[in-house]
Amino acid sequence: MEYILSFFQQHIELIYIVILSIFLGVEVISRVPSVLHTPLMSGANAIHGVVIIGAIIVMGQAEADNYLALILGFLAVILGTVNVVGGFVVTDRMLEMFKKKK
Amino acid sequence: MGLSVLSIIYLIGSVTFILGLKMLSKPDTARKGNLVAAAGMVLAILGTIFLYKSEGKHLHNYGWIAAGLLIGTVIGVMAAKKVKMTAMPEMVSMFNGMGGACAALISVVEFNHLVHSRFNVGEVLSSAGEQMVQQLQRILQGVADGNGNVTIGMHPDLRGHLLIILLGLIIGAVSFAGSVVAWGKLNGRIKDFAFKGQHIVNLVVMAIVVIGAAVLVLTVNQRVQAAVDAGSVDGLLSFQLLFYLILICALIYGILFVLPIGGADMPVVISLLNSFTGVAAACGGFLYNNPVMLTGGILVGSAGTILTILMCKAMNRSLKNVLIGSFGGGAAAAATS
Repeated sequence: MEYILSFFQQHIELIYIVILSIFLGVEVISRVPSVLHTPLMSGANAIHGVVIIGAIIVMGQAEADNYLALILGFLAVILGTVNVVGGFVVTDRMLEMFKKKK
Repeated sequence: MGLSVLSIIYLIGSVTFILGLKMLSKPDTARKGNLVAAAGMVLAILGTIFLYKSEGKHLHNYGWIAAGLLIGTVIGVMAAKKVKMTAMPEMVSMFNGMGGACAALISVVEFNHLVHSRFNVGEVLSSAGEQMVQQLQRILQGVADGNGNVTIGMHPDLRGHLLIILLGLIIGAVSFAGSVVAWGKLNGRIKDFAFKGQHIVNLVVMAIVVIGAAVLVLTVNQRVQAAVDAGSVDGLLSFQLLFYLILICALIYGILFVLPIGGADMPVVISLLNSFTGVAAACGGFLYNNPVMLTGGILVGSAGTILTILMCKAMNRSLKNVLIGSFGGGAAAAATS
Protein backbone atom coordinates (compact mmCIF):
# COMPACT_ATOMS: atom_id res chain seq x y z
CA MET A 1 0.00 0.00 0.00
CA GLU A 2 2.76 2.35 1.01
CA TYR A 3 4.60 1.35 -2.11
CA ILE A 4 1.61 2.10 -4.32
CA LEU A 5 1.29 5.54 -2.81
CA SER A 6 4.95 6.34 -3.27
CA PHE A 7 4.78 5.02 -6.82
CA PHE A 8 1.94 7.43 -7.52
CA GLN A 9 3.82 10.25 -5.91
CA GLN A 10 6.92 9.59 -7.97
CA HIS A 11 5.04 9.52 -11.23
CA ILE A 12 2.33 12.02 -10.49
CA GLU A 13 3.18 14.25 -13.45
CA LEU A 14 2.94 11.36 -15.88
CA ILE A 15 -0.33 10.27 -14.34
CA TYR A 16 -1.73 13.76 -14.84
CA ILE A 17 -0.67 13.63 -18.48
CA VAL A 18 -2.32 10.24 -18.91
CA ILE A 19 -5.63 11.33 -17.47
CA LEU A 20 -5.77 14.62 -19.34
CA SER A 21 -4.79 12.86 -22.57
CA ILE A 22 -7.62 10.39 -22.16
CA PHE A 23 -10.16 13.21 -21.98
CA LEU A 24 -8.46 15.03 -24.82
CA GLY A 25 -8.58 11.99 -27.06
CA VAL A 26 -12.28 11.54 -26.39
CA GLU A 27 -13.01 15.23 -27.07
CA VAL A 28 -10.98 15.41 -30.26
CA ILE A 29 -12.71 12.45 -31.85
CA SER A 30 -16.23 12.79 -30.55
CA ARG A 31 -17.80 14.27 -33.71
CA VAL A 32 -16.44 12.66 -36.81
CA PRO A 33 -18.37 11.83 -40.01
CA SER A 34 -18.54 8.11 -40.65
CA VAL A 35 -16.76 8.37 -44.02
CA LEU A 36 -13.67 9.42 -42.12
CA HIS A 37 -13.68 6.46 -39.77
CA THR A 38 -11.21 4.33 -41.69
CA PRO A 39 -8.71 7.13 -42.49
CA LEU A 40 -8.89 8.26 -38.89
CA MET A 41 -8.21 4.75 -37.69
CA SER A 42 -5.27 4.56 -40.06
CA GLY A 43 -3.96 7.94 -38.92
CA ALA A 44 -4.23 6.95 -35.28
CA ASN A 45 -2.45 3.73 -36.20
CA ALA A 46 0.44 5.75 -37.58
CA ILE A 47 0.56 7.97 -34.50
CA HIS A 48 0.90 5.09 -32.07
CA GLY A 49 3.91 4.15 -34.13
CA VAL A 50 5.60 6.64 -31.80
CA VAL A 51 6.59 3.46 -29.97
CA ILE A 52 9.52 3.53 -32.41
CA ILE A 53 11.14 6.05 -30.07
CA GLY A 54 11.24 3.38 -27.38
CA ALA A 55 12.78 0.97 -29.86
CA ILE A 56 15.45 3.51 -30.79
CA ILE A 57 16.27 4.04 -27.11
CA VAL A 58 16.51 0.29 -26.51
CA MET A 59 18.73 -0.09 -29.53
CA GLY A 60 20.89 2.86 -28.63
CA GLN A 61 21.52 1.67 -25.09
CA ALA A 62 22.29 -1.96 -25.90
CA GLU A 63 25.86 -2.94 -25.12
CA ALA A 64 27.89 -4.19 -28.05
CA ASP A 65 28.13 -7.71 -26.60
CA ASN A 66 24.48 -8.07 -25.67
CA TYR A 67 23.32 -9.84 -28.79
CA LEU A 68 19.80 -10.55 -27.57
CA ALA A 69 19.14 -6.87 -26.97
CA LEU A 70 20.79 -5.92 -30.24
CA ILE A 71 18.79 -8.36 -32.33
CA LEU A 72 15.46 -7.73 -30.63
CA GLY A 73 16.07 -3.99 -30.64
CA PHE A 74 16.95 -4.06 -34.32
CA LEU A 75 13.77 -5.99 -35.09
CA ALA A 76 11.77 -3.56 -32.99
CA VAL A 77 13.22 -0.58 -34.87
CA ILE A 78 12.32 -2.16 -38.22
CA LEU A 79 8.78 -3.08 -37.13
CA GLY A 80 8.20 0.34 -35.58
CA THR A 81 9.42 2.13 -38.68
CA VAL A 82 7.17 0.07 -40.91
CA ASN A 83 4.30 1.02 -38.62
CA VAL A 84 5.06 4.74 -38.76
CA VAL A 85 6.02 5.13 -42.41
CA GLY A 86 3.48 2.68 -43.77
CA GLY A 87 0.77 4.13 -41.57
CA PHE A 88 1.23 7.69 -42.74
CA VAL A 89 1.62 6.73 -46.40
CA VAL A 90 -1.48 4.54 -46.38
CA THR A 91 -3.50 7.28 -44.67
CA ASP A 92 -2.35 9.77 -47.26
CA ARG A 93 -3.36 7.46 -50.08
CA MET A 94 -6.77 6.90 -48.53
CA LEU A 95 -7.38 10.62 -48.19
CA GLU A 96 -6.14 11.26 -51.70
CA MET A 97 -8.70 8.84 -53.06
CA PHE A 98 -11.25 10.74 -51.07
CA LYS A 99 -10.49 14.03 -52.79
CA LYS A 100 -10.86 12.55 -56.24
CA LYS A 101 -14.21 11.05 -55.48
CA LYS A 102 -15.67 14.40 -54.52
CA MET B 1 21.34 22.25 -23.84
CA GLY B 2 20.61 19.18 -25.93
CA LEU B 3 18.18 17.79 -23.42
CA SER B 4 16.19 20.98 -23.10
CA VAL B 5 15.93 21.21 -26.87
CA LEU B 6 14.77 17.61 -26.88
CA SER B 7 12.03 18.30 -24.36
CA ILE B 8 10.79 21.16 -26.54
CA ILE B 9 10.85 18.83 -29.53
CA TYR B 10 8.79 16.32 -27.58
CA LEU B 11 6.34 19.07 -26.67
CA ILE B 12 6.01 20.04 -30.32
CA GLY B 13 5.57 16.38 -31.21
CA SER B 14 2.75 15.95 -28.71
CA VAL B 15 1.00 19.08 -29.97
CA THR B 16 1.25 17.95 -33.60
CA PHE B 17 -0.32 14.62 -32.69
CA ILE B 18 -3.26 16.35 -31.05
CA LEU B 19 -3.63 18.79 -33.95
CA GLY B 20 -3.25 15.99 -36.45
CA LEU B 21 -5.99 13.92 -34.87
CA LYS B 22 -8.23 16.95 -34.67
CA MET B 23 -7.69 17.81 -38.32
CA LEU B 24 -8.09 14.19 -39.37
CA SER B 25 -11.60 14.20 -37.99
CA LYS B 26 -12.77 16.90 -40.44
CA PRO B 27 -13.05 16.11 -44.16
CA ASP B 28 -11.47 19.26 -45.55
CA THR B 29 -8.41 19.31 -43.30
CA ALA B 30 -7.91 15.58 -43.02
CA ARG B 31 -5.03 15.27 -45.44
CA LYS B 32 -3.14 18.16 -43.96
CA GLY B 33 -3.69 16.73 -40.50
CA ASN B 34 -2.01 13.53 -41.52
CA LEU B 35 1.02 15.47 -42.77
CA VAL B 36 1.18 17.56 -39.60
CA ALA B 37 1.27 14.44 -37.44
CA ALA B 38 3.87 12.87 -39.74
CA ALA B 39 6.08 15.96 -39.48
CA GLY B 40 5.83 15.85 -35.69
CA MET B 41 6.78 12.18 -35.74
CA VAL B 42 9.85 12.78 -37.91
CA LEU B 43 10.93 15.59 -35.61
CA ALA B 44 10.51 13.44 -32.51
CA ILE B 45 12.42 10.52 -34.04
CA LEU B 46 15.33 12.69 -35.22
CA GLY B 47 15.43 14.46 -31.88
CA THR B 48 15.58 11.16 -30.04
CA ILE B 49 18.38 9.83 -32.22
CA PHE B 50 20.63 12.86 -31.92
CA LEU B 51 19.77 14.49 -28.63
CA TYR B 52 18.61 11.74 -26.29
CA LYS B 53 20.87 11.24 -23.29
CA SER B 54 20.57 8.80 -20.44
CA GLU B 55 22.84 9.24 -17.42
CA GLY B 56 24.95 11.66 -19.41
CA LYS B 57 25.55 9.26 -22.27
CA HIS B 58 24.39 9.64 -25.84
CA LEU B 59 22.90 6.69 -27.65
CA HIS B 60 25.23 4.46 -29.62
CA ASN B 61 24.79 1.77 -32.28
CA TYR B 62 23.94 4.45 -34.83
CA GLY B 63 24.73 2.05 -37.66
CA TRP B 64 22.13 -0.42 -36.46
CA ILE B 65 19.54 2.27 -35.87
CA ALA B 66 20.08 3.78 -39.30
CA ALA B 67 19.93 0.37 -40.96
CA GLY B 68 16.72 -0.48 -39.11
CA LEU B 69 15.12 2.82 -40.03
CA LEU B 70 16.15 2.41 -43.66
CA ILE B 71 14.87 -1.15 -43.99
CA GLY B 72 11.64 -0.26 -42.20
CA THR B 73 11.08 2.78 -44.40
CA VAL B 74 11.62 0.82 -47.59
CA ILE B 75 9.29 -1.97 -46.50
CA GLY B 76 6.69 0.50 -45.23
CA VAL B 77 6.62 2.65 -48.36
CA MET B 78 6.62 -0.33 -50.69
CA ALA B 79 3.82 -2.07 -48.82
CA ALA B 80 1.75 1.09 -48.54
CA LYS B 81 2.19 2.10 -52.19
CA LYS B 82 1.61 -1.32 -53.66
CA VAL B 83 -1.49 -2.24 -51.72
CA LYS B 84 -4.79 -2.14 -53.59
CA MET B 85 -7.38 0.37 -52.47
CA THR B 86 -9.75 -2.37 -51.41
CA ALA B 87 -7.06 -4.06 -49.34
CA MET B 88 -6.31 -1.00 -47.22
CA PRO B 89 -7.99 -2.05 -43.98
CA GLU B 90 -5.98 -5.24 -43.87
CA MET B 91 -2.81 -3.27 -44.49
CA VAL B 92 -3.66 -0.99 -41.57
CA SER B 93 -4.20 -4.10 -39.48
CA MET B 94 -0.77 -5.43 -40.43
CA PHE B 95 0.93 -2.14 -39.59
CA ASN B 96 -0.91 -2.08 -36.31
CA GLY B 97 0.33 -5.56 -35.53
CA MET B 98 3.88 -4.44 -36.18
CA GLY B 99 3.50 -1.60 -33.71
CA GLY B 100 2.21 -4.09 -31.14
CA ALA B 101 5.12 -6.43 -31.80
CA CYS B 102 7.51 -3.50 -31.43
CA ALA B 103 6.06 -2.67 -28.01
CA ALA B 104 6.26 -6.33 -26.93
CA LEU B 105 9.89 -6.60 -28.07
CA ILE B 106 10.82 -3.49 -26.11
CA SER B 107 9.30 -5.11 -23.04
CA VAL B 108 11.27 -8.33 -23.59
CA VAL B 109 14.55 -6.43 -23.84
CA GLU B 110 13.75 -4.32 -20.80
CA PHE B 111 12.84 -7.42 -18.80
CA ASN B 112 16.17 -9.03 -19.60
CA HIS B 113 17.87 -5.80 -18.72
CA LEU B 114 16.07 -5.73 -15.38
CA VAL B 115 17.06 -9.32 -14.58
CA HIS B 116 20.62 -9.28 -15.79
CA SER B 117 21.81 -5.78 -15.10
CA ARG B 118 22.35 -6.66 -11.46
CA PHE B 119 24.99 -9.21 -12.36
CA ASN B 120 27.46 -7.11 -14.26
CA VAL B 121 30.10 -5.86 -11.89
CA GLY B 122 30.37 -2.45 -13.42
CA GLU B 123 26.64 -2.02 -13.52
CA VAL B 124 26.23 -3.18 -9.96
CA LEU B 125 28.71 -0.56 -8.86
CA SER B 126 27.11 2.20 -10.84
CA SER B 127 23.63 1.14 -9.82
CA ALA B 128 24.77 1.04 -6.21
CA GLY B 129 25.88 4.63 -6.58
CA GLU B 130 22.60 5.44 -8.23
CA GLN B 131 20.70 3.79 -5.40
CA MET B 132 22.56 5.83 -2.83
CA VAL B 133 21.63 8.98 -4.64
CA GLN B 134 18.04 7.79 -4.94
CA GLN B 135 17.89 6.94 -1.28
CA LEU B 136 19.32 10.29 -0.35
CA GLN B 137 16.70 11.92 -2.50
CA ARG B 138 14.02 9.80 -0.93
CA ILE B 139 15.18 10.65 2.55
CA LEU B 140 15.29 14.32 1.67
CA GLN B 141 11.83 14.05 0.16
CA GLY B 142 10.60 12.18 3.21
CA VAL B 143 11.87 14.96 5.41
CA ALA B 144 10.41 17.59 3.17
CA ASP B 145 7.03 15.91 3.08
CA GLY B 146 7.10 15.37 6.78
CA ASN B 147 6.33 11.68 6.51
CA GLY B 148 8.78 9.45 8.24
CA ASN B 149 8.14 6.22 6.38
CA VAL B 150 11.27 6.11 4.30
CA THR B 151 12.12 2.59 3.25
CA ILE B 152 15.79 1.85 3.32
CA GLY B 153 16.81 -1.35 1.63
CA MET B 154 19.76 -2.51 -0.40
CA HIS B 155 17.78 -2.84 -3.60
CA PRO B 156 15.33 -0.55 -5.28
CA ASP B 157 11.76 -1.68 -5.52
CA LEU B 158 11.23 -3.25 -8.91
CA ARG B 159 7.51 -3.91 -8.75
CA GLY B 160 6.24 -0.79 -10.48
CA HIS B 161 8.82 -1.05 -13.22
CA LEU B 162 8.03 -4.71 -13.84
CA LEU B 163 4.30 -4.07 -13.86
CA ILE B 164 4.68 -1.55 -16.67
CA ILE B 165 6.98 -3.87 -18.60
CA LEU B 166 4.39 -6.64 -18.29
CA LEU B 167 1.52 -4.39 -19.33
CA GLY B 168 3.42 -3.35 -22.45
CA LEU B 169 4.27 -6.98 -23.17
CA ILE B 170 0.78 -8.38 -22.74
CA ILE B 171 -1.10 -5.63 -24.56
CA GLY B 172 1.47 -5.49 -27.34
CA ALA B 173 1.43 -9.25 -27.82
CA VAL B 174 -2.38 -9.50 -27.85
CA SER B 175 -2.53 -6.66 -30.34
CA PHE B 176 0.12 -8.24 -32.55
CA ALA B 177 -1.44 -11.70 -32.67
CA GLY B 178 -4.95 -10.29 -33.06
CA SER B 179 -3.92 -7.96 -35.86
CA VAL B 180 -2.22 -10.71 -37.80
CA VAL B 181 -5.35 -12.85 -37.53
CA ALA B 182 -7.51 -9.89 -38.58
CA TRP B 183 -5.22 -9.34 -41.54
CA GLY B 184 -5.51 -12.99 -42.52
CA LYS B 185 -9.28 -12.90 -42.25
CA LEU B 186 -9.69 -9.83 -44.43
CA ASN B 187 -7.31 -11.48 -46.84
CA GLY B 188 -9.42 -14.59 -46.91
CA ARG B 189 -6.47 -16.70 -45.76
CA ILE B 190 -7.96 -17.47 -42.38
CA LYS B 191 -11.53 -18.68 -42.12
CA ASP B 192 -13.91 -18.00 -39.29
CA PHE B 193 -13.25 -20.58 -36.70
CA ALA B 194 -15.07 -21.31 -33.50
CA PHE B 195 -15.25 -24.41 -31.40
CA LYS B 196 -17.38 -25.42 -28.48
CA GLY B 197 -16.27 -24.09 -25.15
CA GLN B 198 -14.05 -21.53 -26.74
CA HIS B 199 -15.01 -18.86 -24.26
CA ILE B 200 -13.85 -21.16 -21.48
CA VAL B 201 -10.49 -21.65 -23.17
CA ASN B 202 -10.27 -17.88 -23.62
CA LEU B 203 -10.95 -17.31 -19.96
CA VAL B 204 -8.38 -19.90 -18.91
CA VAL B 205 -5.69 -18.37 -21.11
CA MET B 206 -6.56 -14.92 -19.84
CA ALA B 207 -6.42 -16.18 -16.26
CA ILE B 208 -2.95 -17.66 -16.81
CA VAL B 209 -1.78 -14.32 -18.15
CA VAL B 210 -3.22 -12.29 -15.29
CA ILE B 211 -2.18 -14.67 -12.50
CA GLY B 212 1.27 -15.14 -13.97
CA ALA B 213 1.76 -11.40 -14.20
CA ALA B 214 0.56 -10.94 -10.63
CA VAL B 215 2.96 -13.62 -9.37
CA LEU B 216 5.85 -12.02 -11.22
CA VAL B 217 5.12 -8.56 -9.90
CA LEU B 218 4.57 -9.69 -6.32
CA THR B 219 7.65 -11.87 -6.07
CA VAL B 220 10.15 -9.90 -8.13
CA ASN B 221 11.85 -8.26 -5.17
CA GLN B 222 12.47 -11.47 -3.23
CA ARG B 223 13.58 -13.35 -6.32
CA VAL B 224 16.08 -10.79 -7.46
CA GLN B 225 17.32 -10.28 -3.90
CA ALA B 226 17.81 -14.03 -3.43
CA ALA B 227 19.60 -14.34 -6.75
CA VAL B 228 21.90 -11.45 -5.94
CA ASP B 229 22.70 -12.99 -2.56
CA ALA B 230 23.45 -16.33 -4.20
CA GLY B 231 25.51 -14.50 -6.78
CA SER B 232 24.14 -16.33 -9.79
CA VAL B 233 21.32 -16.04 -12.30
CA ASP B 234 20.32 -19.69 -11.99
CA GLY B 235 17.65 -19.01 -9.42
CA LEU B 236 15.94 -16.68 -11.83
CA LEU B 237 15.42 -19.29 -14.52
CA SER B 238 11.89 -20.19 -13.48
CA PHE B 239 11.17 -16.49 -13.17
CA GLN B 240 12.20 -15.90 -16.75
CA LEU B 241 10.32 -18.97 -17.95
CA LEU B 242 7.15 -17.61 -16.39
CA PHE B 243 7.72 -14.33 -18.21
CA TYR B 244 7.94 -16.10 -21.57
CA LEU B 245 4.95 -18.26 -20.70
CA ILE B 246 2.98 -15.06 -20.23
CA LEU B 247 4.20 -13.81 -23.60
CA ILE B 248 3.08 -17.03 -25.31
CA CYS B 249 -0.29 -17.05 -23.56
CA ALA B 250 -0.87 -13.42 -24.53
CA LEU B 251 -0.17 -14.32 -28.16
CA ILE B 252 -2.57 -17.26 -27.96
CA TYR B 253 -5.19 -15.05 -26.37
CA GLY B 254 -4.84 -12.53 -29.19
CA ILE B 255 -5.46 -15.27 -31.75
CA LEU B 256 -8.39 -16.81 -29.89
CA PHE B 257 -9.92 -13.41 -29.31
CA VAL B 258 -10.12 -12.49 -32.99
CA LEU B 259 -10.62 -15.90 -34.61
CA PRO B 260 -14.36 -16.31 -34.03
CA ILE B 261 -15.32 -12.75 -34.93
CA GLY B 262 -17.06 -12.43 -38.27
CA GLY B 263 -15.27 -10.86 -41.23
CA ALA B 264 -17.74 -7.98 -41.49
CA ASP B 265 -16.89 -6.87 -37.97
CA MET B 266 -13.18 -6.81 -38.66
CA PRO B 267 -12.81 -3.01 -39.02
CA VAL B 268 -14.24 -2.60 -35.54
CA VAL B 269 -11.84 -5.18 -34.16
CA ILE B 270 -8.90 -3.56 -35.94
CA SER B 271 -9.84 -0.22 -34.45
CA LEU B 272 -10.03 -1.81 -31.01
CA LEU B 273 -6.63 -3.46 -31.43
CA ASN B 274 -5.34 -0.12 -32.67
CA SER B 275 -6.27 1.49 -29.38
CA PHE B 276 -4.65 -1.47 -27.56
CA THR B 277 -1.37 -0.78 -29.31
CA GLY B 278 -1.72 2.86 -28.32
CA VAL B 279 -1.86 1.82 -24.67
CA ALA B 280 1.14 -0.47 -25.17
CA ALA B 281 3.08 2.48 -26.62
CA ALA B 282 2.07 4.57 -23.63
CA CYS B 283 3.54 1.88 -21.35
CA GLY B 284 6.80 2.44 -23.16
CA GLY B 285 6.41 6.14 -22.44
CA PHE B 286 6.08 5.36 -18.75
CA LEU B 287 9.12 3.12 -18.88
CA TYR B 288 11.38 5.77 -20.35
CA ASN B 289 9.70 8.79 -18.82
CA ASN B 290 9.09 9.90 -22.35
CA PRO B 291 6.21 12.38 -22.66
CA VAL B 292 5.74 12.15 -26.42
CA MET B 293 5.32 8.38 -26.32
CA LEU B 294 2.97 8.77 -23.42
CA THR B 295 0.72 11.41 -24.98
CA GLY B 296 0.81 9.81 -28.42
CA GLY B 297 -0.02 6.38 -27.03
CA ILE B 298 -2.75 7.48 -24.66
CA LEU B 299 -4.34 9.76 -27.27
CA VAL B 300 -4.58 6.87 -29.69
CA GLY B 301 -5.78 4.64 -26.88
CA SER B 302 -8.68 6.88 -25.91
CA ALA B 303 -9.48 8.21 -29.37
CA GLY B 304 -9.29 4.68 -30.73
CA THR B 305 -11.73 3.42 -28.14
CA ILE B 306 -14.22 6.17 -28.95
CA LEU B 307 -13.70 5.56 -32.65
CA THR B 308 -14.39 1.87 -32.13
CA ILE B 309 -17.67 2.70 -30.45
CA LEU B 310 -18.58 5.17 -33.22
CA MET B 311 -17.82 2.55 -35.86
CA CYS B 312 -20.05 0.09 -34.08
CA LYS B 313 -22.83 2.65 -34.00
CA ALA B 314 -22.40 3.39 -37.70
CA MET B 315 -22.88 -0.31 -38.37
CA ASN B 316 -25.83 -0.48 -36.02
CA ARG B 317 -24.10 -2.94 -33.75
CA SER B 318 -23.03 -2.62 -30.19
CA LEU B 319 -19.47 -3.32 -29.20
CA LYS B 320 -20.69 -5.95 -26.79
CA ASN B 321 -22.45 -7.70 -29.65
CA VAL B 322 -19.37 -7.70 -31.77
CA LEU B 323 -17.15 -9.10 -29.06
CA ILE B 324 -19.42 -11.32 -26.99
CA GLY B 325 -21.78 -12.32 -29.76
CA SER B 326 -18.94 -14.11 -31.43
CA PHE B 327 -18.39 -16.35 -28.45
CA GLY B 328 -21.82 -17.85 -29.04
CA GLY B 329 -20.50 -19.38 -32.22
CA GLY B 330 -19.78 -18.43 -35.81
CA ALA B 331 -23.36 -19.06 -36.88
CA ALA B 332 -24.84 -16.07 -35.09
CA ALA B 333 -22.16 -13.76 -36.38
CA ALA B 334 -22.52 -15.07 -39.91
CA ALA B 335 -26.28 -14.63 -39.80
CA THR B 336 -26.08 -10.97 -38.88
CA SER B 337 -23.30 -10.06 -41.27
